[in-house]
Amino acid sequence: MSYETVIGIETHVELKTASKMFCGCPVDFGAEPNTNVCPVCLGLPGALPVPNERAIEWTVALGLALGCRVAERSLFHRKNYFYADLPKNYQISQFDLPLCIGGHLDIETEAGARRIGITRVHLEEDTGKSTHLGESGRIHAAEAALLDFNRSGIPLMEVVSEPDIRSPEEARAYAHELLAIILALGISDARLEEGSVRLDTNVSVRPEGSTALGTKVEVKNLNSLRSLQRTLDFELERQVGILESGGRIAQETRHWDERAERTEPGRSKEESSDYRYFPEPDLVPLAISAEAQERIRASLPELPAQRRSRYLDLGLDNRSARLVAEGENYGDTFDAAVAAGADAKAAANWLTGEVTAHLRRAHMALGDSPLVGGHLAELHAMVKGGELSSTAAKDVLTGVLDGEGTPRQVAEKRDLKQISDASALEAAVDEAIAADPETLDRLRRGDQKIVGFLMGRVMGATGGKADPQKVREIIQERASG
Amino acid sequence: MSAADLTIAAAGAVLRSGDLSAAGLLDAVRRRIAETEPIVDAFLAMDETGADSAAAAADEAFAAGTDLGPLQGIPLAVKDNMVTRGVETTAGSQILAGYRPPYDATVVERLRAGGAVIVGKTNLDEFAMGSSTENSSFKVTHNPWDTNRVPGGSSGGSAAAVAAGSALGALGSDTGGSIRQPASLCGVVGMKPTYGLVSRYGLIAFASSLDQIGPFARTVDDAVTLFETIAGHDPSDATSYRGDVPQVRADLESGVDGLRIGVIGELAGEGMEPDVLAAFERTVELLSGAGAEIKTLSLPSVEHALSAYYLIAPAECSANLARFDGVRYGLRVDGDNVEQMMAATRRRGFGPEVTRRVLLGTYALSAGYYDAFYGQAQKVRTLVIRDFEQAYAEADVLVSPTSPTTAFCIGDRTEDPLSMYLSDVCTIPSNLAGDPAISVPVGLDGQGLPIGFQILAPALGEPVLFRVARAVEDLANFEARPGLTAGEAGA
Repeated sequence: MSYETVIGIETHVELKTASKMFCGCPVDFGAEPNTNVCPVCLGLPGALPVPNERAIEWTVALGLALGCRVAERSLFHRKNYFYADLPKNYQISQFDLPLCIGGHLDIETEAGARRIGITRVHLEEDTGKSTHLGESGRIHAAEAALLDFNRSGIPLMEVVSEPDIRSPEEARAYAHELLAIILALGISDARLEEGSVRLDTNVSVRPEGSTALGTKVEVKNLNSLRSLQRTLDFELERQVGILESGGRIAQETRHWDERAERTEPGRSKEESSDYRYFPEPDLVPLAISAEAQERIRASLPELPAQRRSRYLDLGLDNRSARLVAEGENYGDTFDAAVAAGADAKAAANWLTGEVTAHLRRAHMALGDSPLVGGHLAELHAMVKGGELSSTAAKDVLTGVLDGEGTPRQVAEKRDLKQISDASALEAAVDEAIAADPETLDRLRRGDQKIVGFLMGRVMGATGGKADPQKVREIIQERASG
Repeated sequence: MSAADLTIAAAGAVLRSGDLSAAGLLDAVRRRIAETEPIVDAFLAMDETGADSAAAAADEAFAAGTDLGPLQGIPLAVKDNMVTRGVETTAGSQILAGYRPPYDATVVERLRAGGAVIVGKTNLDEFAMGSSTENSSFKVTHNPWDTNRVPGGSSGGSAAAVAAGSALGALGSDTGGSIRQPASLCGVVGMKPTYGLVSRYGLIAFASSLDQIGPFARTVDDAVTLFETIAGHDPSDATSYRGDVPQVRADLESGVDGLRIGVIGELAGEGMEPDVLAAFERTVELLSGAGAEIKTLSLPSVEHALSAYYLIAPAECSANLARFDGVRYGLRVDGDNVEQMMAATRRRGFGPEVTRRVLLGTYALSAGYYDAFYGQAQKVRTLVIRDFEQAYAEADVLVSPTSPTTAFCIGDRTEDPLSMYLSDVCTIPSNLAGDPAISVPVGLDGQGLPIGFQILAPALGEPVLFRVARAVEDLANFEARPGLTAGEAGA
């Protein structure tokens, strides 16, 4: 029997607002434990929450970017459960009236383009962080637990997809595109590896053609796009295997074990949890006015999909368009380069090639490097004007990235400028011929091998700086002359 | 007469005349506390050093000609569910025994900014859940009018302290009548402001959508002074009202001539003690004689208010009290793992009434029960609000007895929670509506126990509320003082 895969993804995103969701404590990921805390985020008696308006606006911004409807009236609810790193033992979250409802995200895989429904985007507060001491690092065998409440109360946005995803590849494309949008909006660092984004997936399989949903398994603890895809690959194989052998899938939460490359059951849910949601009486309903919505909509930056299609129109291939549109600061640098006169393809090739390689070697982000769009335009002009060979251009780029100055300054300092002055090149060619007069006869007989030989001589004599195109032209002139 | 028996207004005049220093006034109050506390037990904690330095600061200010307002140098008491920086705050619960908060509640800040001298923290029913202060896990407070009797609750300590002269005024909190009912039983003025007018930041929450902080005083004028000091927008409380605080002084002495006063029919007959009803009716007649137009109005939903309240308040409290788990502060009872530690801590830390309400609220919010209980209660709440709106189309204020009975004997109702819950039948509707209300003493029953008269006004109707209260105070001319002795128990 063949099976269809059904996947839904819940994405938790920590917003990088200056302060926490319900208090003035700074959002700072590197601080000493329990230093960014106050009565509110520690849940001290008497403390009250005050919502962070920036976090609400950012959530609405993502909702609009995903084509969601923004609720005219939205409520915070209390989600009640006891956990040591949840200071109030309830989380202020959203329930039946989230900020944004019903959008979609378009993705593309080798199987083609698909539209994935977005159920909702809502806002809540993050919990503190528990560290379990002891051999296993697992909660039940722990000797002690350490609690850090710096994370408690950081704004956490949750994006819930419809169960529209049909393959691990699509899941990866969905997560990739969502993170690209979040990065474009500048509302989160969106780093899976560092936990500022957390992915939970609901996976089930069903016989091809069936419309009923199979028993779903929730898989947590996915800290990269790669492990997302591998988790799903593993989980689907596991589930199909169980069904094929006549077994039944248990509804459970599983965790991805990165080292064992398999999912393992978490604590089984003895009963379905009852969070006893009720409207948070310490907060008033949120009303996002039509004007506020329009203001937020107008301030949305160009989204990755729009950017990619604009770059395709500029003649970039699919891969370059995606890389330039999605790399942090790449799009802006590229746009500035093109605006300053650079050739789009050349600028894209440099950015995705030499620049990326160099930044990776230097462990540097483009935004932190001295390279600006104008440099690429200048570089392009120098190549086009014959001042630089394309090989030398790459060296110049390295110099610019190392902070040695503008392309022109680097080219001069590193003595990389090409010799394209006709009389100088003619002299060099004539010199090469004079050194070995037999070459001229062979040239005149049309021996093309000798062209290469002479070019090598000229390039050697000029330290590789002669414009090879022009040298070739001059040699050909001598042959017919 | 001791300076401890002065009103805030009179004490303020004496302090400004130079005849008495703030330190001297504090001494007089402390002598009174020393006399009465062994009998009354109104306080859970005294703040000796804080009060001394506040009094000294007030005296320096007077000497320097600085005047922070009518509370400068005035000894006050604060209910122990409002946090005070560095001063033990327990909300009457073992689970917070020894807890010293790192910050002041906004109301406490405002009292301090006004130069007030906070003498101590007053007793209450644990987490403000109760109507007699017998649910305090530390001590029982006695009614200064008859020490065999309860002072009412949950702000019984504040009411008793003001009645006994152990403070010139006090703050309480009112979730279902917890200021007005003890004010009534202790013969003092107690007022619950419009929801949102006074910040709840630093008030240890019982039921967030109902809780409101308000004043106790011996006169309406003093209650106004306290109200004016604590009311006003607070950015730390998202439910705090953003507009201007209604100006109440201007009309305070305008009397009731021409005002329409509605008697709440459902609360002015059945279920009220005869003496309470008689005092109520006499006061209504006095108001009529003073030119008020009296009409009896029906608010049918009021009869369901109590039931709705006992679903909404426990539901909210079940979440509000979840934070007391032994992890970060307060009591911790060890267990084999964190869940067992939390359970053991809560089992030992919470008293029976708190446990009952947490369980009730948890149940009311559970899947499958939410609509039938919490959802239904919210609908009743909407009906109460609507009934009040209709009533206020016909009357400027509404009136009723504050409590169906005068002070009852200690131990009389502790075995029967429902009879205790009925103590709040007259006061709960204004909490559900979020409207202001006040209790003013108007007389004594046959046993010499004070009787309160309740006035209710629409949201932000504090000007007319205080105006009528001031008129009632004048007309009733209640001047009796408690004897601080035991009456005939069980009478």
